Amino acid sequence: MSLKTNSKPERLLAAVHLAVTSECGPPRGSDPEVILNKGELLKKHVDAVNVTDNQTSVTRLSSLAACIHLKLMGVEPVLQMVTHDRNRIALQSDILGTASFDINNVLCLSGGHQVFGDCPDGQNVFDLDSMQLLQTVRHMRDNDKFISGDDIKRPPAMFVGAAANPFAEPFKIRVPRLAKKIGAGAEFIQTQCIYNLARFKEWMKDVRNRGLHEKVYILAGITPMKSLGMARYIKTMYLAWISRMKLSAGLPVFP
Amino acid sequence: MIVGQQKPIDEIWEMIRGQRQVLVLGCNSCVAVCHQGGTKQAEVLASLLRMQAVQVGVQIQLDVGGIERQCEHEFFNSALDAISNTESVLSLACGVGVQFMAENFHTTPVYPALNTTFLGAVERPGYFTEKCQACGNCVLAATGGLCPIASCAKRLLNGPCGGVSNGKCEINRELDCVWQLIVERLEAFGRLADYEKLFPLKDWSKDRAGGPRTFKVEGFLQ
Repeated sequence: MSLKTNSKPERLLAAVHLAVTSECGPPRGSDPEVILNKGELLKKHVDAVNVTDNQTSVTRLSSLAACIHLKLMGVEPVLQMVTHDRNRIALQSDILGTASFDINNVLCLSGGHQVFGDCPDGQNVFDLDSMQLLQTVRHMRDNDKFISGDDIKRPPAMFVGAAANPFAEPFKIRVPRLAKKIGAGAEFIQTQCIYNLARFKEWMKDVRNRGLHEKVYILAGITPMKSLGMARYIKTMYLAWISRMKLSAGLPVFP
Repeated sequence: MIVGQQKPIDEIWEMIRGQRQVLVLGCNSCVAVCHQGGTKQAEVLASLLRMQAVQVGVQIQLDVGGIERQCEHEFFNSALDAISNTESVLSLACGVGVQFMAENFHTTPVYPALNTTFLGAVERPGYFTEKCQACGNCVLAATGGLCPIASCAKRLLNGPCGGVSNGKCEINRELDCVWQLIVERLEAFGRLADYEKLFPLKDWSKDRAGGPRTFKVEGFLQ
């Protein structure tokens, strides 16, 4: 595949290297030190840093601003962008804003429902969904056009990614859903965290059977447990995604 | 049908407590089907308000009436006298009826006794579910006859999201995930492959986003 952007993950993945990304959640305040410290910790260990976008619908410093802080300190950011709270005008505008700092990676997501966040009484937008955001970014980059059809003078040179969940229901559409995202324009995939290796293997087998692994780069997600509380939360919320997890008083055990 | 739900009695009382005379007016179509806004419910509500008035020592005259529909001129004939002789109206119609009255009776305050909740179906007696958001541009042909705009909490046109568990929605475990149902429907008539067809960006200009909507039927227009 010829390179479409100056994205570091794109370059590494095209060269058949592994790429390693990590995540940086922006703070619930305006102190840039939090981001700079995280960037400093991650800088020498990963190829790019995903910056979450008001994760779980909790209001935080914006993903775009945090990406700029990271970019300016020499870290390669991946802008996570959810369609939950912005319409197509704001989304396209933020894509251009991001590209104006030569940030070359975007992960297109729908985003969580606001009932789980700090503004459960708020309106949600969902003018687009994640698939339509993928189409939008690809259209802007490849056709030099806005959704409206108007020309873009300096199109956003972004490597376009999406999430995939090999574990969620209904299971029968897990691989078709990946195919659909590829059809919408996804060039790389970051999976949800994998706590069920057997099901992940099964999913990858079906992905290979359809040749989808030739069409998209797949980065498998790993989330280390930081505490028993976190393990309990994951077990409660996402039981179906987990193989067998026993919670001991210390760390979770995966038999 | 339009589904409505009576407001809490305290909220209704606060709206009307300053009035001397109120006509409590039922609407005997949609909101009567859901046992919230018909003449029967207007009678019960007026009784409750009379008790409230006695308890707090307020003088207020509460009359009761009802018409077939508060959203069409022709049904108002039987209530014209009652409306013109009252100081204010507490309407048990949906928001359409309340506004239609407000537009047509310029000097009469009209208060809403109901919260208009949704366009829905009578799933079983006493149980109503939202089915349509009147987006103005029906998508049901592509979604197995089930609407993700009305029935998905994120109105995803290319769903489902990752929040499905045992076929239920993550925001309320009593709600079916409509995308799970859509997938099952498509599979049931051998069209599961259609799931991979991308639903394009929706034209929301036919929806609320395009401003208040009107509809003219040529040949019937007066």
